[in-house]
Amino acid sequence: MRVRAPEAAPSVIKTVPVVEFKGVTKAYDGGVVGLQRASMSIGRGEFVFLVGPTGCGKSTCIRLLLKELEPNEGEVLIAGKALSKVTSKRVPMLRRNVGTVFQDYKLLPNRTIYDNVAYSLAVIGESRDEIRRKVPDILRLVGLSTKLHAYPDELSGGEQQRVSIARAFVNHPPLLLADEPTGNLDPETSIGIMQLIYRINRTGTTVVVATHDKEMVDKMRRRVVELREGRVVRDQQMGLYRPDESTTEFAIRLRGELGIGAQGISS
Amino acid sequence: MFFFKEALRGLRRSSAPALAAMLTVLITALVLGVFIPVVQATMGAASDVRERVVVDVYVADGASDAERQSAQRAIERTANVRSVDFVSKDEALARAREKNPRAFREGSELLGTNPLPASFRIVPEKADDVGRIVDRLAPKGPDGAREPQLTAIDEVRYREEDTEQILSVTGLVTVVTGGLALLLVIASVALIANTIRLSIFARRREVEVMRLVGATNWFIRWPFMIEGVIVGFAGVALAVLLLTIAKESVLEPMSHRWEFFATPDTIAYPLLVALLVVAGVAVSAAGSGLTLRRFLRV
Repeated sequence: MRVRAPEAAPSVIKTVPVVEFKGVTKAYDGGVVGLQRASMSIGRGEFVFLVGPTGCGKSTCIRLLLKELEPNEGEVLIAGKALSKVTSKRVPMLRRNVGTVFQDYKLLPNRTIYDNVAYSLAVIGESRDEIRRKVPDILRLVGLSTKLHAYPDELSGGEQQRVSIARAFVNHPPLLLADEPTGNLDPETSIGIMQLIYRINRTGTTVVVATHDKEMVDKMRRRVVELREGRVVRDQQMGLYRPDESTTEFAIRLRGELGIGAQGISS
Repeated sequence: MFFFKEALRGLRRSSAPALAAMLTVLITALVLGVFIPVVQATMGAASDVRERVVVDVYVADGASDAERQSAQRAIERTANVRSVDFVSKDEALARAREKNPRAFREGSELLGTNPLPASFRIVPEKADDVGRIVDRLAPKGPDGAREPQLTAIDEVRYREEDTEQILSVTGLVTVVTGGLALLLVIASVALIANTIRLSIFARRREVEVMRLVGATNWFIRWPFMIEGVIVGFAGVALAVLLLTIAKESVLEPMSHRWEFFATPDTIAYPLLVALLVVAGVAVSAAGSGLTLRRFLRV
């Protein structure tokens, strides 16, 4: 097993995983299965891709980690603490320690970029001086220092996503969750966003990215956890979006995806 | 301070729903402000009429003074009696003469003696109790006729028909106006709460995002409630302004012309204003807070 952050002591990583799923099952009210006895463990400082087709349970994982949902079975732990033991009063505290980035950015539409980021600092009771110092800093970091007073609908998708990353990271949370962060963006913008997330990871923040952006996963070569119908079917260090496959397997899959049989080509 | 600024920002950025909520408060406060005194005047008039319900107890002509006095004491001890007023034969004649001077001008000479009996006029504690007083003083015998209990009493009368009519009509008026007032209050509360609900519904996404970045429930709730207070206060303040103008320009000149019109006891104007302000602000703030609760469930 490879250890991601070389400067961190391996023993520490082993003892307290930042995120742990222990046999987690989540079925939605309509009978739709989100997760089935899924187990995984993510150590401090790791960068993990959750991959799989739509409906495989990626978003369910993210929402369980935010305690937006409760598992039917099993246990979700963050930094060794079971989320089922977090009272609803303490949920805001939990969320302050977990930065989140969403496909639809989830910015506050009636606030400027500056105020959007400032809000998550105001929430934890930062003084006005601190807010005035930190917000321009973080917005410079994500490359938006010129648009402090623009409203979200005046920005491009990539820029909005940068704001939401800035908001998620301004408190320096130990864990950053991203649910399809590049889902609405073109490939070039996506790379910029991923680089930003990677830079955050390099500061020691554990990052979990749910995505079906194959190119990105293949390019980054990080740990990949693949989900299929709610089950963990693969957990691979430095993995690709799809498991390594031989050329023949690839050809068979490609034909299947294109909807042409073996004879289809000759005719 | 932060919350207050947040509330102002909310009002500025979603001024249309806020305006709608304010108008709702304004209109309901106006209607209530007009209706409350009207209800009170009606009820006051009804109870004025009820004051006129009395029982007359006629003293037998042959009764001695001692008998008469013991009868008075007995009546005073009877339950539900507020006051007893003795009317002597002479007084009765004087009153009758006053009422109908022509009939008595020659009449008294013609009659020779005073035909009117002395009587007690009983004012009941409550008009509805009049029947019970009569029953106590002169219970119905087996043949249906009333038999006075005391020997000094000749007859007990309470103008049955009139009394029944007064009681039923005023009772109906009281119940109907009271019911209307209650309905109006309920409708006002529901209307205001609903308008505020809608304005918050429009911003539920915003609340969701606030929760996701770790805002506590009260951190989200305060600005919304302050918004509610501002909206409620603005609406009521405008309504009070309009009511005052209407009162000064319409009601005041009218009360000079028809003095009897303005007399029933109605709520003092400052008290009415205070009531409207408190109610408007409280309903708006509570409406905001309660609506938010739905979105704040984790």
